[in-house]
Amino acid sequence: MYDIVIIGAGIAGLTAAIYASRANKKVLIIEKQNYGGRIISAPHVKNYPGFLDISGVDLATNLYVQATSLGAELVFENAESIQNGINKKVITDKHEYSCKAIIIATGLDRRSLNIPGEKELVGKGVSYCATCDGNFYKDKVVAVVGGGKSAIEDAIYLSDIASKVYLISRKNLEEEVNKKNIEVITNYSVDKINSKDNIESIDIKSSNDSKNIKVDGLFVSIGYETSSEEFESVIELDDRGYIISNNTHTNLDGIFAAGDCCKKDLRQLVTAASDGAIAATEAIKYIEKNR
Amino acid sequence: MVIEGNNEIFEKEVLNYEGKVLVDFNATWCGPCRMLKPVLDQVAANGKKIVAIDVDNDRDIAIKYNISSIPCLILFENGKEVKRSVGLIPINEIESLFEE
Ligand SMILES: Cc1cc2nc3c(=O)[nH]c(=O)nc-3n(C[C@H](O)[C@H](O)[C@H](O)COP(=O)(O)OP(=O)(O)OC[C@H]3O[C@@H](n4cnc5c(N)ncnc54)[C@H](O)[C@@H]3O)c2cc1C
Repeated sequence: MYDIVIIGAGIAGLTAAIYASRANKKVLIIEKQNYGGRIISAPHVKNYPGFLDISGVDLATNLYVQATSLGAELVFENAESIQNGINKKVITDKHEYSCKAIIIATGLDRRSLNIPGEKELVGKGVSYCATCDGNFYKDKVVAVVGGGKSAIEDAIYLSDIASKVYLISRKNLEEEVNKKNIEVITNYSVDKINSKDNIESIDIKSSNDSKNIKVDGLFVSIGYETSSEEFESVIELDDRGYIISNNTHTNLDGIFAAGDCCKKDLRQLVTAASDGAIAATEAIKYIEKNR
Repeated sequence: MVIEGNNEIFEKEVLNYEGKVLVDFNATWCGPCRMLKPVLDQVAANGKKIVAIDVDNDRDIAIKYNISSIPCLILFENGKEVKRSVGLIPINEIESLFEE
């Protein structure tokens, strides 16, 4: 039996683990992918207090080491549902864990294109993280799809590694980038990915045209969406899928929420860390009260 | 436990091993490799055999297997390469490397 089970090892979850472990609580963190969460795709973080410039991976690794060296345990499993009660349960794809309090810190999920070939080719040319996978494309040709700030950042990051970068967007980003090996393709979207074993080319289309371009890699950078549907049957969400919380308390006693998965105005590292600290403290109070 | 490898260990635990063993090619400067490590520890704790090779310390092994990008996972069966995966992948995909 754990005191606190934390779902998600992003900044919010790891910070909660640090606070709870320092209070001598028995803590389990459940993470479906890697520790660190969404920030691992940022090459530079320049607004986290106390660090002038740190990479997302380094920040995440520091937090991971900090949390686990204080005694928090981490398992790589996918949390599929939770059960409320005096003793609560988190059910994963592999096990069931009993605990006294739960902190949901599941952040946001990357949005995918939902086009033929995409799922099958993850790791074989399709990537959602330029800083994680960029190095595999030294002197190769890649495309970035997306129209936001992170798509532009990904294209610039990749242009230092790849020989050529196509930036494919429905918006005109011509003004935003001027590097000679980035070719901006405006008003097109990606329609299909062609492959043998690995990606070979992509079909792109506009309202009146379609063409095929040869690429070795496709970086999808089209934003994020909420990912708390698993808990929808028990936890109250708003109409966009964010968890409704008050000082990290959800609608259920002893179940807390922290970080980007919550309904809030500012989704950043500091606010995620702040939520994590508050959620742990509130969870500890709850456990002490119900002893 | 993931076995920290070197030339000798690679020969004994991978090339001369009857069965499946996963080799994790990594380096200390590689962020995604560091992030993969606790995941591999868990796969090993679940009973799979894994050997880690630092490509800087054991350059010759990395060259022999043509490792150009890391993290790179190679599954060996009876000393022969049978599967390869490059990049940071989640635990389910690592476990499925061991399946047929
Ligand atoms: C490219 C980029 C650059 C950014 N730069 C900055 C910056 O410079 N400064 C800044 O302050 N913020 C930045 N941000 C925003 C910042 O990354 C987020 O605000 C922060 O990561 C939120 O942390 P979190 O812990 O709430 O969620 P996340 O980081 O999203 O972590 C959630 C974790 O939960 C896991 N998870 C989800 N569902 C489950 C489940 N069912 N079971 C198990 N595990 C699950 C996920 O795998 C993930 O690891 C950036 C974001 C991006 C994408």
